[in-house]
Amino acid sequence: MATGELNANHYPAQRAAKVVQHYLNTLHGSPYRVIGLNRVHSGYAEDVADSGRKYNLEISVQDFISNKTEKCTAEVLFPMGEQQRPPQVQASLEELPKTNTKAEEEALFKKYKTNQSLLLANLPDSYGHIDPDMEPFWHLGTVASSFIMLNESTENTLYNMAQVANITQLKTENDQLKFDYHVLLHEMISQEIIHWKLLFTWSPPEGVKVLQMEQLPNSHHYETPQNKN
Amino acid sequence: MLNSAALGLVVLLSAVEAATNERVNYDYYKYHSMPEISKWMTQIAQNYSDVVTIMDYGQTYEKRKISLLKIGLSTGERKKAIWMDCGIHAREWIAPAFCQYFVRQILQTYRTDPKMEEMMKKMDFYVTPVLNVDGYIYSWKDNITRLWRKNRSPGPPGCNCEGTDLNRNFDANWGTLGVSSDCCSNTYCGSERVSEPEAQAVAEFVGSRKDDILCFLTIHSYSQLLLIPYGNPNFIAPNHDELMEVGLAAAEAIKAVHGKIYRVGTSPAVLYPNSGSSRDWARMQGIPFAYTFELRDNGTFGFQLPEDQIQPTCEEAYRGALHIVNYVHDKTFKGTVAGAVATAAAALWTVLLAAGVTGASM
Repeated sequence: MATGELNANHYPAQRAAKVVQHYLNTLHGSPYRVIGLNRVHSGYAEDVADSGRKYNLEISVQDFISNKTEKCTAEVLFPMGEQQRPPQVQASLEELPKTNTKAEEEALFKKYKTNQSLLLANLPDSYGHIDPDMEPFWHLGTVASSFIMLNESTENTLYNMAQVANITQLKTENDQLKFDYHVLLHEMISQEIIHWKLLFTWSPPEGVKVLQMEQLPNSHHYETPQNKN
Repeated sequence: MLNSAALGLVVLLSAVEAATNERVNYDYYKYHSMPEISKWMTQIAQNYSDVVTIMDYGQTYEKRKISLLKIGLSTGERKKAIWMDCGIHAREWIAPAFCQYFVRQILQTYRTDPKMEEMMKKMDFYVTPVLNVDGYIYSWKDNITRLWRKNRSPGPPGCNCEGTDLNRNFDANWGTLGVSSDCCSNTYCGSERVSEPEAQAVAEFVGSRKDDILCFLTIHSYSQLLLIPYGNPNFIAPNHDELMEVGLAAAEAIKAVHGKIYRVGTSPAVLYPNSGSSRDWARMQGIPFAYTFELRDNGTFGFQLPEDQIQPTCEEAYRGALHIVNYVHDKTFKGTVAGAVATAAAALWTVLLAAGVTGASM
């Protein structure tokens, strides 16, 4: 693996930067705020004895709802060891978390607090389309998936959420909305689609809190001889 | 008699004009099913019959035709060519959309743009809108099959899964890097090199014309990249620097359209190492310019790129592809390097002939 000054266009810095994106979404993501990686400006990697490999990155990220961009200095440590363990990220944003999403979030929260029976599938659909009313739930899917993608990332992976396959809203008595999501993640290096089930809560003050994550059997297992056309 | 003849001529000319001005009524900014694409190909070949022919050059595992559009002005002579294929991976729907757009663009512009007309005279364009026909059709079935990548041939005996990754199946360092021998894997490289009928079709068609093909472009999504050979980090193409230079200029042309950044480099540098790709195979055949285009986006929508992004994606990718095609054309036919050599050679011959005629000693 490359060490020292990294080429910002090459995959080592790009993969580490994607990890930062996932981390920032776990902190700041909401139905009205989703962070995307814009550019990698520079990177530096070094081995840390008895620890792992540490990346220092200068990147730009973008909130693709407000379209605002912000530069970010980040550090990613991929721990060494036989067992995969989540990378440790240090990164902070000053501007993007300040975008005013309060009114929309509270309206969404109120609407679905009173009607706790949301059931959705396939965001986006095959044509890349998402109903404007359903966009916040697609955004929530990306944010919640970021917890998984952050956890699962290594120097040899690059995760994006491909699709929200299914959403079931669950009833709660407390001040949270609660959802069961079935998401499809795309891992670039293996090119595999990986199915996950997520149980999480969301509220404007608390943000997204993941209660349970479970990887589902590979999609081949959904294929039966009858599926052949 | 002169009047009726003149009238007849006017009527005839109008009829000819009407036929050639008739455009195929087709929405290039929506995704189209395979039957729609096949119908479109037929209409294009009919409506532009002076410059377009359909060639069926293979059969998929499920026995469907693999077809391309051959586009160019007939000169009666053997011509150089540009190869473009789309949809080698089923789920990358923006790629076939781009091939269709590319065809529309060159057909629309060659009559008014002298540069494009020149290129159509000098070169044929071989465009395959959908290479992995079975896989593409399968990806239209439902929301889970939407993310299918491979072809639809059965796995080896004892395997419960279908499909080989066609872009790992070519005879280019086959079965070494970036592949899986697990038949259920999305990068399963096949039971042997070129085991798949879809890969065989390309290998036969391109292989038998390799001396004429100047440029091999294979279109994919997603990641916004222009990839040059080779997939093995230890193999460097002899014209690596030129490939990079032309690629970087193409990326600048792309950026100028809608501001999107496409990174340029070898696969192992910017994405991941791999083997058995069609691009690597083409380069190894001696086709000097071979690029993989990875179109939009960067992961936000991924394979399920919204239809409202088809137009901007096609517009920018067209500028990138055109830059490469222009460069290749100019290098071959206007020849900065080649032209200078030819001029020098001509000068030398003139001197030698003159010396011969006068009997002067050299």
